[in-house]
Amino acid sequence: MTSSQNWLFRPFQERSTQIFLGVLITALIVVTFLHLFMPQDSALHVSAYTVTLLGKYLCYALLAVAVDLVWGYLGILSLGHGAFFALGGYAMGMYLMRQIGDRGTYGDPILPDFMVFLNWQELPWYWLGFDMAWFAFIMVLLAPGLLALVFGFLAFRSRVTGVYLSIITQALTFALMLAFFRNEMGFGGNNGLTDFRDILGFNLRSDATRLGLFIATGIALALGYIICRAIVTSKLGRVSVACRDAEARTRFLGYRVERVQLFVFVISAMLAGVAGALYVPQVGIINPSEFSPLFSIEIVVWVALGGRATLYGAVIGAILVNYAKTVFTGVMPDAWLFALGALFVLVTVFLPKGIAGLLQKRKKAENDDDPATAQEATA
Amino acid sequence: MSMFEQLANRDRVFEFLAPAASPVDVRHGPILYLEDVNVSFDGFKAINNLNLTIDDGELRCIIGPNGAGKTTMMDIITGKTRPDTGSVWFGSRHNLLTMNEPDIASLGIGRKFQKPTVFEALTVFENLELAMAADKRIFPTLTAIMKPEYRDRIDEVLDMIKLKTLRDKPAGILSHGQKQWLEIGMLLMQKPRLLLVDEPVAGMTEQEMERTAELLTSLAGKQSVVVVEHDMGFVRSIARQVTVLHQGSVLAEGTMDQVSNDPEVIKVYLGEEA
Repeated sequence: MTSSQNWLFRPFQERSTQIFLGVLITALIVVTFLHLFMPQDSALHVSAYTVTLLGKYLCYALLAVAVDLVWGYLGILSLGHGAFFALGGYAMGMYLMRQIGDRGTYGDPILPDFMVFLNWQELPWYWLGFDMAWFAFIMVLLAPGLLALVFGFLAFRSRVTGVYLSIITQALTFALMLAFFRNEMGFGGNNGLTDFRDILGFNLRSDATRLGLFIATGIALALGYIICRAIVTSKLGRVSVACRDAEARTRFLGYRVERVQLFVFVISAMLAGVAGALYVPQVGIINPSEFSPLFSIEIVVWVALGGRATLYGAVIGAILVNYAKTVFTGVMPDAWLFALGALFVLVTVFLPKGIAGLLQKRKKAENDDDPATAQEATA
Repeated sequence: MSMFEQLANRDRVFEFLAPAASPVDVRHGPILYLEDVNVSFDGFKAINNLNLTIDDGELRCIIGPNGAGKTTMMDIITGKTRPDTGSVWFGSRHNLLTMNEPDIASLGIGRKFQKPTVFEALTVFENLELAMAADKRIFPTLTAIMKPEYRDRIDEVLDMIKLKTLRDKPAGILSHGQKQWLEIGMLLMQKPRLLLVDEPVAGMTEQEMERTAELLTSLAGKQSVVVVEHDMGFVRSIARQVTVLHQGSVLAEGTMDQVSNDPEVIKVYLGEEA
């Protein structure tokens, strides 16, 4: 933990990072291979539909990692991370809308369909620039980052923490949801943005683009994981844990707690934004329901199930819960919320440290069997 | 006064020549000097004409019944409370009454509160690492590297507080006494010149008390240590110089034997216990 290495290389020395990256890269390669080279009728063939579904899971995994960074390591239970996810998604959605050009139903070369429908004559100022990919991609980071900066600055400076902060984050995402539902906002109202055609010149409906997006999401997840791991293995990560457990004491040691919180919170919001931006082209739509408080709470449930303050636990939780959701909502849609609730209760009671806690326990048991490490422990 | 006249005046140190973090001047002996200090809260005189001198490297015990002004005195030294009148000097160069809490702390006055607060999820080593004097802004902290000399410094303190075997264990598993030592270790990481220790043995076992006594006496000489304590047995075991506070001023000062035979002291303090 207290390595003398440069902070950017430190994550790679951690066994958990090596395993995580190994598994992730293997999964990406295997899925790509099975999709491209297995014949369509083979049982091992991965369809384009499944590839996109997996890509969606990876987006959720990145979102969960972002939440784990602030909740697990900094003790800030954000019940509004869906807002940052959705903002990143909208930034991407606006770019994709502009890419449609005159291929829309109304054939207007500049205005998206919903604006023509609302009889708008020209593009609102905040839509300018979104026809350029680089601008949109910067906004994917900037929009959630700025919101987190302003919100966090006000909240942490006033030393709002604990359950009060959770409630405010919840209110934030709810307020944004109501705002984005309004047609006057210029974000497509409750229909949101949809009917996308292509991204960076590639047809969004082609299988190759879908595979590309899936791989891009995998890479984004790997990078996001490495960034988070670099932060938590740095001295700043240990200061974050100190803020989480004894805020006043940390302040007394000379650290500016509110700045630590703000820094980590903004990084986390940006990661959530990236997750949202990759999510939108894969599911083909972004609408205000992504801002719904329920979704933000669901993210927290993924992290709790997977295990807090491990990062990889968040990934496991997000993928498992969403896989279960896919299965359940297919078999018996009405039972899903009950199943999620039951899962949450069971894990909280029997696995307080989540699935990652179970893995750690097993590893520890193995280590205890090993006489060399056992001796070390008692020495 | 012109610049030239200022420079020609040779009997004082100028602001621009003496940076705020200039070393503490202890050439005249005392490291801490309180004179005629008075504090009152809503008419109640918490500190009443207090005069106290602590020498460099000294280990001083301060005892006194509840409400004698011990904690208020600590608050004045650390800048938390401002006295109504009087002067407080750190060495013979730094007037503590003109400084705020963080400045006083960075000057080298460390304070240990009664209730130990350590970071339970972090290891003993990491607790000391976070306490270490360093640039504590965001980016320097993010990119901080554990240099060998830092590691040596931490190991040195670990030796002092006798927690070397628990170096990589989470602080949460420490006993109450060990947490107190870790807390003292965290103070030492900030390289203080003067340690203010508030009730270090509250809630400790006999054995832990002995080790605490050993630790505090081993610190004296390198650092000046001021211990406020209720436990008379403990004070007897470490004290060379004892100051008895009563109603905000010094009642008696001397060795433990001298003090405990003082009839005034017996009347106000020891008498109550006997």
